[in-house]
Amino acid sequence: MVTVADVRTRVSSFAGAQVGEGDSPIAITIAPTDWLPLAVALRRELGFGFFSFMSAVDWKEDGLEVVAWVDNTDARLSVLMKTRLGVGVTNCASLVSEYRGANWMERECFDMFGIRFEGHPDLRRILLSDDWVGHPLLKSYDVDTPYPPYR
Amino acid sequence: MAAEISPRIKTELDYAGAERLTMNMGPQHPSAHGVFRAILTLEGETVVEVDAVIGYLHRCHEKLAETLAYVQYPSIASKTDYVAAMTSEHAYVMAAERIAKIDVPRRADYLRVLVAELQRVASHCLWLGTWCMDMGGALGGGATIFLYCIRERELVLDLFEKLTGARLLYGFHQVGGVRYDVPAGFAADCRQTIDLIEARLLEYEAMLEDNTFFLMRTRGVGVISRELAQEVGISGPLLRASGVDFDLRRDLPYSVYPDFQFKVPVETDGDCLARYTVRMVEFRESISIVRQILDGLPEGPISSRPGVKAVAQVRVPKGETYTRVEGPRGEVGCYLIADGGPRPYRMKWRGASFSNLAVLPFIIPGHSVADVVAIMGSVDPVFGEVDR
Repeated sequence: MVTVADVRTRVSSFAGAQVGEGDSPIAITIAPTDWLPLAVALRRELGFGFFSFMSAVDWKEDGLEVVAWVDNTDARLSVLMKTRLGVGVTNCASLVSEYRGANWMERECFDMFGIRFEGHPDLRRILLSDDWVGHPLLKSYDVDTPYPPYR
Repeated sequence: MAAEISPRIKTELDYAGAERLTMNMGPQHPSAHGVFRAILTLEGETVVEVDAVIGYLHRCHEKLAETLAYVQYPSIASKTDYVAAMTSEHAYVMAAERIAKIDVPRRADYLRVLVAELQRVASHCLWLGTWCMDMGGALGGGATIFLYCIRERELVLDLFEKLTGARLLYGFHQVGGVRYDVPAGFAADCRQTIDLIEARLLEYEAMLEDNTFFLMRTRGVGVISRELAQEVGISGPLLRASGVDFDLRRDLPYSVYPDFQFKVPVETDGDCLARYTVRMVEFRESISIVRQILDGLPEGPISSRPGVKAVAQVRVPKGETYTRVEGPRGEVGCYLIADGGPRPYRMKWRGASFSNLAVLPFIIPGHSVADVVAIMGSVDPVFGEVDR
């Protein structure tokens, strides 16, 4: 059975990975270049096969951050993966090759934040209509942005 | 199936001389369970490809949560999964309480679990009724079993009306506890209702489980493999019907679930019949939990933060958390980032039905159009959760 210590040991081999104090979840902050390798290690070596969700946070001047939550249902462990994309950066690696649930979750991040996921087979808007302009969950997008009610 | 990942799965069928038909199912469709558009590519009667288009009920709850205070948002949270509003509100208030380290009185926690389990019974009643109505025909002539199940659901909604004043969208949870206490006579009414529902479940099973048509329409239809289930992140009865023994109430417990004894049903077939079996057992387990709560409801206050008088009354210090509850459809979660003010900085709502629907493009191809309806019903989506 995989333990918290196993996860910490494996993650420490990624350069620049910071692991948080708590055990539930195990919060891992990683560089964007290691985003997919971390997911590969978690799923294939450590048994974190359950993909809960993926989202993004707009930290205004500090840029965007992508977060994902995966679980090991046998060992009852949870990992929160986080990566800061960097100021002005809107590209991120796609996790679709590891977790099929990332397909719709990444489409939603693209729709709401404008993050382009490299390697995603079908990146298009999912919740808003195809001709929508703007990415609503960015802090720069005002809540009362008018949108023409006609097409 | 690790090499080619795409929602547009092409199945090569030996159907010489046929042409492919692209047909639209929804968003206005009686079996679409809400506003759901499936663009089906058909070869004859067989679905070859499904493109699921969602977003017709998108209200951007996540942006809305950034503009509403912690005391204002719980009533809005119930509008995500409007069929199981109690579990939706629970996820949000638990997130705020966990970051702010607000203690919830035991009586409030017991009441929260009471309404969550009653909500599960009511939600599964709706699921059974609408699913069997969609499959129609010999399963009670379409509306028969639907009206039986709705009759039972109305009894539970009457209980909620006695408790909160509302039948569907409650505003029952608030940060720090719950808003209403049980009125006099509630426990007796509750026991009477769940006894009646438990007896009526036997009628539904008698109507369905010996029914050849029901078995033909559900056995082997819409099989979700164990690995696909975990990778896509489907949860709740769908996950347990595919052989994964995982229930948040038992495995990552929250609130006062450790105080109660209940079984978690698991089936391995992964088809519609397995999902049916899991939910029928969940009915009975929820009823058992409700009885345990009514037998042991502690005295005490119902909220540690009563008397909300100002919008900015509850401020949550800097922090982040992800709380998850086991709703009737699966894992409902709230990823909350707080910055010290009365409004969250970021709230991500993990809707169970969003992830559950994402599995459709993988399992529908190869089935006939009629099976699409049976599979949709057994997945039991609620579009408030999908689109938020």
